[in-house]
Amino acid sequence: MHVHSSDSVPVEGDIYLLGGGEDRPQILAADRLRSDGGLKRAAERGATVLAVCAGYQIIGQSYGDDDDNPLPGVGILDIHSGRGESRAVGEIVADVDPEIGGGRITGFENHQGRTTLGPSAKPLARTLKGIGNDGQTEGAYQGRVLGTYLHGPALPRNPAFADLLLSTRVGQLPPLPPSWGERLHEERLAAVM
Amino acid sequence: MSELPLRAQLASALGKGAATLSRATGRGDGSVIGGRVALKVEPELLAKLAQGRRLTLVSATNGKTTTTRLIASALRELGEIATNEQGANMPTGHITALAAKPSARNGVLEVDEKYLPQVLEATAPAAVVLMNLSRDQMDRASEINLLAKKWREALQKSETHVVANADDPLVAWAGLGARHATWVSAGQRWKEDSWCCPECGGHLKRDPDPHWECPECGLSRPEASWSVDNEADVVVTPDGQRMRLELSLPGGANQANAAIAMATATAYGIHPKQSLPRLREIRSVAGRYTSVVTNGVEVRLLLAKNPAGWLESFAVLGPPRIPVILSVNAQIPDGKDTSWLWDVDYSVLRDRRVFVMGERRTDLALRLETDEVAFEIGDDVAGIVTKLKTEHPEITKVDVIANYTAFQQIRTAYGRVQ
Repeated sequence: MHVHSSDSVPVEGDIYLLGGGEDRPQILAADRLRSDGGLKRAAERGATVLAVCAGYQIIGQSYGDDDDNPLPGVGILDIHSGRGESRAVGEIVADVDPEIGGGRITGFENHQGRTTLGPSAKPLARTLKGIGNDGQTEGAYQGRVLGTYLHGPALPRNPAFADLLLSTRVGQLPPLPPSWGERLHEERLAAVM
Repeated sequence: MSELPLRAQLASALGKGAATLSRATGRGDGSVIGGRVALKVEPELLAKLAQGRRLTLVSATNGKTTTTRLIASALRELGEIATNEQGANMPTGHITALAAKPSARNGVLEVDEKYLPQVLEATAPAAVVLMNLSRDQMDRASEINLLAKKWREALQKSETHVVANADDPLVAWAGLGARHATWVSAGQRWKEDSWCCPECGGHLKRDPDPHWECPECGLSRPEASWSVDNEADVVVTPDGQRMRLELSLPGGANQANAAIAMATATAYGIHPKQSLPRLREIRSVAGRYTSVVTNGVEVRLLLAKNPAGWLESFAVLGPPRIPVILSVNAQIPDGKDTSWLWDVDYSVLRDRRVFVMGERRTDLALRLETDEVAFEIGDDVAGIVTKLKTEHPEITKVDVIANYTAFQQIRTAYGRVQ
């Protein structure tokens, strides 16, 4: 189901997806998610969360506004984001931590943020092409809460990563016959690497 | 403009020479190179060339080139005008356009959204036309909330008259910065970028369409004096007169563009009765909406660069028996990020035959598969039309929707059709 910024976030969901957004709406979204509390309660009861780009930043401990003043995030992922000197724009490729699976992921990144991980979060992936968190790692995870700078979009373009997300709820999935998702995945890897 | 200082005259002449050379050598329309040469010689040239004229600037995410053409056509009622019809919408293009028509007292310039504040300051225009703002090429374009803020601040410092779409909250908020405004209820099909109040960030109440208001800070839609009745194909003027549009250009977006053009022309003292027949004469704009005949089939070319544009194009498609070809590239002018394909709802295409082509046709294929739209892959328009013609010899029409460079490639394949 689709939840608007004026709605309260239901706590009984299995998987929560947060997209990105522009700076001003991002600040508004973070404030509303914090005061609503639904997303945090859902994560505490073990729901799976995938947050992308600005969504990734605002579920962390803190993120930077226009002038890089730190603002409090939702606090379900132990990361801190600030503004980098240059904008990270372009195709990105990264290898997901083999401990959780998901394989090599491809996407597009477009953000000014640079993210550092606290002791409770682990890097989601190792950056091969592009920037991600800092040029070395990409995204973060902590239990079933996952964040990434990759859109493009991340799930259709990376079927194995989508399977990883689903498997947190339903266990191991038999693979689907390869289709356009796999074709695009291969095509983008070939174009970038 | 004969009183131009010598240096400006020289710059202007050099610019014109470069433009002619660019056209003669087949490198382009000549509209950017000319201005670039001239600007090197005289940085203040745009302001000097604008002096003493009554200019209109036109900006928006979508429909800039078409609306500029419509307004240009209406203003020709008053005689010669200066305009950048080829869509070169940055200061270099404005210089080329103005330098090409030194004696034109009136003019209309399409302006890139990002350059509007700067061009507004340089040219002190009589009118500024603002139509819509929506997500567009997010890897290189500015955030639209930021653009609206910059427009608003530039208008607050200006004496210009704004003609703006009251139904687009971001545009209206920017236009409310101006001291003088004519509001047109021009509609807004794509609403996904305007759920947040531009003033305070609250969730806008948007019911009944086209009304909108912010329950938190009270910002609300300005009352419009012009409106469009899309169903009836009618523009309603400020004195309540209902005028049938009967445009040659298709679709609701162009009905809105025409209403804006008529409102702008009225500000120049041109009565809608005089401007409307001139708008009806326009059949295509720099290849947009034009048809080419290939293999006996009429192929209509629709340009759509972003989600809002695709939504408008779907509304213009012929009946379901007419196949559609979708073509997408991701070169720099298109934006290198194809994520926007996922913002468009393609399910309206389920009842027709769909072909995908272009450099990023795999992205499009995955997107259509996800929306359960059956499709076929093609390499180029000619090949697809040949295939269709072989299977269905009676076929007469095909629509093509393409984003920027994909559109230009197709247009070039048919001799840069206008």
